Amino acid sequence: MHAKPGSPNDRNRFFSKSLLLKIALPVIIIIAWEVLAILINNEFILPSIESVLMVLARPFADILGSGSLVGNALISLGRVLIGFAVAIMIAVPLGIAMGRNEKVHDFFDSTVQVFRPIPPLAWVPLALAWFRIGLTAMVFIIAIGAFFPVLLNTLDGVRGIKKTWTEAAQTLWASEKQVLLRVILPGAAPTIWTGLRVGFGIAWMCVVAAEMMPGTNSGIGYLIITSYNWGQVQVIIAGIIVIGIIGLGIDALFKSVERKKFAWRELDR
Amino acid sequence: MNLVLRGIGKEFTQRDVTSSALSNINLEVEEKEFICILGPSGCGKTTLLRIIIGLEPSTSGNVLIGGEPVTSPTAHMAMIFQDYSLFPWRTVIDNIAFGLEMRGVGVEERRRVASRYLDLIGLQGFGNNYPYELSGGMRQRVAVARALAIDPEILLMDEPFGALDAQTRNMLQKELLEIWDKTRKTVLFVTHSVDEAVFLADRIVVLTSRPGTVKEIVHIELPRPRDRTSPDFARIRRHVLGLIDEHLPIQ
Repeated sequence: MHAKPGSPNDRNRFFSKSLLLKIALPVIIIIAWEVLAILINNEFILPSIESVLMVLARPFADILGSGSLVGNALISLGRVLIGFAVAIMIAVPLGIAMGRNEKVHDFFDSTVQVFRPIPPLAWVPLALAWFRIGLTAMVFIIAIGAFFPVLLNTLDGVRGIKKTWTEAAQTLWASEKQVLLRVILPGAAPTIWTGLRVGFGIAWMCVVAAEMMPGTNSGIGYLIITSYNWGQVQVIIAGIIVIGIIGLGIDALFKSVERKKFAWRELDR
Repeated sequence: MNLVLRGIGKEFTQRDVTSSALSNINLEVEEKEFICILGPSGCGKTTLLRIIIGLEPSTSGNVLIGGEPVTSPTAHMAMIFQDYSLFPWRTVIDNIAFGLEMRGVGVEERRRVASRYLDLIGLQGFGNNYPYELSGGMRQRVAVARALAIDPEILLMDEPFGALDAQTRNMLQKELLEIWDKTRKTVLFVTHSVDEAVFLADRIVVLTSRPGTVKEIVHIELPRPRDRTSPDFARIRRHVLGLIDEHLPIQ
């Protein structure tokens, strides 16, 4: 349940206090950054805030002949979506099968446990060897990154289905397919959604790293590494900020759907 | 349709040890009869109900409905579970309409039928609420409506009011009798409360402790609504209590 503060006055004071606390560290970081930039006085090590803002102020402008911030970010986003979709198409059905059937679980579980702790980036050299540089290699790495959180959360969600739910459905004459689509899937949906949110976060990290592979020629990761080669540190920082903002925005999107559609998970006790 | 239990027995095997949960249960249930199955905890009452509706196979004997053996859930029966079995992601009206939806009834028709049962349980106006917004008693009312909505001939109820406070429980017992009176379903009601059984049933099937078998079948001729404070009620309650006490395990 949401707490309802008494008077509007209370609420204002409450917000201003917590807001102050929330913005304190960012303000400190910005001031420290600016002070350090002045002290160091070397744009190749730490550019001033203004020069980074100048880059951010023109998000559609071409940078070093490598495309704009927004254009490259959209390319990266497209790659993530493909890799993410591949991961979901394998992980969700597999997670449901493992959650519903002990034999399927035992068959796959040991392999999953062995592969799970491997960082997605450890696959980069193999991806290059198998697929050469290109979309396939990147999609491969992104899909591996997103795969495990989606799989494990799906498994978790399906295992959390109350037996009474499926049995009640059976006694109301639901077929096996209907039990799957009308009970197991909606019942596990909140947990699966959490898996998608975590998986997307990892996929987003993976794309940036994958785009730094030699031979890539587009994407926000590529823009950053190119800027490094040209000594354009302000573009690197601007790129990092764009990555952060997009990641944050998508996470917020996932969370808002979670609040609207899956509130019952928290409230049903 | 009448329901016949013929020599029902159930054995469980755990780590190579076989134990018997139910043994040789025989019962004939008349149409529109209200039967309470009463017994101490762990006597297999719930297992018996699960066998009757076809969620679990029996080890021996069979369940016959209209002369036909039951092996999986059929349209003749619906079950109301002990704990909250409502689907928390569905509104009350869509919970009630679930069985009709599974049968391919169109959305308007099933909502119409569901709201009729919503009225029957006295929760008109709550159709668009979610189960977590309802009290325990209201949720079990919805579970009753959901079971009734598929229009079964037999209602199986597994300690449906066990988790409720005494006051709510008494109220729901009265409401259930009213609903039973209106809809004329056959009811098999599992409980461990002697008071509840004497208040509700036409006949009480008293089970022994594990392995559960029929100890005695008590006919209750008291007219309804029954008065819990009347001497007749007390007399029957004492008799049934005596049957159960002999089998209470020493704790």
